[in-house]
Amino acid sequence: MLRTSAAILAGKAVRLAARRRGGGSALPGLVAERIDPRLLATALGGVTGGIVVVSGTNGKTTTTKMLAAIIQAHGRRVFTNPTGSNFTRGVISALLGQVGVTGRLAADVAVLELDEWHALQFAKVVAPTHALLLNVARDQLDRFAEIDTTARLLTTLGQATTGLVVLNRDDSFVARIAPALPDGIQVRYFGVDPDIADQVPALHEADVRFEDGYAVPPPTPRDGLLHPADARVFSVRCGETVVGPITLRQRGLAAMINATAAVTMARAVLGSSFHPRLATDALVRVAPPFGRGEVIDADGQPLELVLVKNPAGFTVALSTYGDEPVSTMVAINDDYADGQDVSWLYDVSFESLRGPGVAMTSGVRAYDMALRLDYDEVPVQEVQPDLEVALGRFLTAYPAGPKRIFCTYTAMMTLRRMLAARYDLPDFGEDAT
Amino acid sequence: MSAKGRITLVHLYPREMSIYGDLGNTRCLAARIRRHGYECIVHDHHPGMPWPEQAHLFMGGGGQDSGQSRVQDDLAVNADRLRGLAADGVPMVMICGMYQMFGHAFITHDGVELPGLGILDVTTRGQSTRMIGGIVLDTDFGPVVGFENHSGATVLGSGQAPFGRVVVGHGNNGTDGTEGARTHNVIGSYLHGPILPANPAVADALIAAAVEVATGRPFEPEPLDDSLAEQARTRQIARLHKTA
Repeated sequence: MLRTSAAILAGKAVRLAARRRGGGSALPGLVAERIDPRLLATALGGVTGGIVVVSGTNGKTTTTKMLAAIIQAHGRRVFTNPTGSNFTRGVISALLGQVGVTGRLAADVAVLELDEWHALQFAKVVAPTHALLLNVARDQLDRFAEIDTTARLLTTLGQATTGLVVLNRDDSFVARIAPALPDGIQVRYFGVDPDIADQVPALHEADVRFEDGYAVPPPTPRDGLLHPADARVFSVRCGETVVGPITLRQRGLAAMINATAAVTMARAVLGSSFHPRLATDALVRVAPPFGRGEVIDADGQPLELVLVKNPAGFTVALSTYGDEPVSTMVAINDDYADGQDVSWLYDVSFESLRGPGVAMTSGVRAYDMALRLDYDEVPVQEVQPDLEVALGRFLTAYPAGPKRIFCTYTAMMTLRRMLAARYDLPDFGEDAT
Repeated sequence: MSAKGRITLVHLYPREMSIYGDLGNTRCLAARIRRHGYECIVHDHHPGMPWPEQAHLFMGGGGQDSGQSRVQDDLAVNADRLRGLAADGVPMVMICGMYQMFGHAFITHDGVELPGLGILDVTTRGQSTRMIGGIVLDTDFGPVVGFENHSGATVLGSGQAPFGRVVVGHGNNGTDGTEGARTHNVIGSYLHGPILPANPAVADALIAAAVEVATGRPFEPEPLDDSLAEQARTRQIARLHKTA
């Protein structure tokens, strides 16, 4: 106990210092984790309504936010890590803000976003009761080496889960985890309704491991199926139960699929307490997480920050936004959290930007991005690796119209901090409503 | 047809063997062929498909183990054809997994020997540790930069020329300072990045050979503005030198 208290106090101190500096959501957790590795188990020991882990390549932050909101709307106290800091120490950092020095957490349900590798590290300390496995895409291959490896990490996470696993029926890497799960683990699926799937663009990687794809069982009333009505409105159908119609504040098909995943898991966690009306009301209020389609008021004009980190995500982002008349900036860094290999930019087609062009490329790999665009015949106005200089010039050169910045993770964090200072925005970890 | 000629570029197994953005090499070659005033046909060759009637330039990329096993049969069927084309001077750029399969053999971690095409005199052994990171080479085409990510350790046969010498990074095996292999106009290399867009001298050497194969005439290049590639390459090389 003494060790736990010391860990929490040390972590809290660093957390306070980090927040004064504006950022660094993982550092306090790192400090506390070093002092008491069992901190997580102690804190989460009293959480009886479910320990839900959300993992996969794309949409973790958005889905986690949606799932937490739905469960909260049902009157449950939810502990979550809302800042997109999806390493184990990010969870501990979030924890430090909410526990007393006794180390016990006052929450009914924990909803935790963890990347594939850290989810497994977490599961070694605390067994999740529920796992929501979103998708597997080529992302940060220099860290996980291969898609197959990433799929295996998620399979192991599913196997470490004690109660129920929700899988993406449209992603064969994820769907085929089902037969690898031990008996007694319940399986549910979310996805696009198979009856209309041909109208939805391909979002997933080709699975070339086997001649035949794994045959996903037909949907049951426990599964959640996405029914888009148009580009903005959709509902989620679970047998006779319909959640919606819903218009999210975050745009795009990817966000609709995330909402479908969140609804499916929320029904599993809440059981008979689940109410479609409460879920709908919660979802329409969820603000886009920082940098995931967040719209900032920049001198009276909308400025959208769009996080891009892999080909599937960038392609979906371009198809969501690509043909609108806006000034565009692309900022590419290659730190560890961005993925050090920028080869993936060549798996994205940028032809939709050919007409409007790109006003600015920035970040450490600004010239590589400009070169990539050049090979797709997309005109680039200016290349400026320094993010601060680039942002300033971008904002002043295009004062009269809407703007959009596609950015990798660390570029997004830096730009968001600069924009927060410039336009007096809320800090990371607080809601942008 | 363009007055200068038509080049058919064959991308071998784009579904199975193009996981690290190696598609960018095809994009780069096609764009540069057109900018140099030639017509370019890009032909995607998938396992089991009929062999293209025309083929002046080949590109193959890296894949996962599962992808490699899927293309092995098709490679065996077309082995003699590819060996003949390579001997005739048809240019080929083979990256990572396809580089390994263009060698004599790949010996897995468990000691199983998988035969390769033997176009390049190299042998690769599977290892448990991966060689990952930025890489800088000194080559006949000048300094070349890219990103390597492989667990296979490749050894050159005696007399086999490397593609380049490692300045920063691991290369073929992390010990002998060689990277890749080069025979006739066939280049094998571990470099992703992808390799060609930021290293246009390599791309144009391949195109020059393809033009001669396709038209029987020497390559007549147009002056291209490569300042973005120049910036991308030199800046990345400078960074890697600093961190090495």
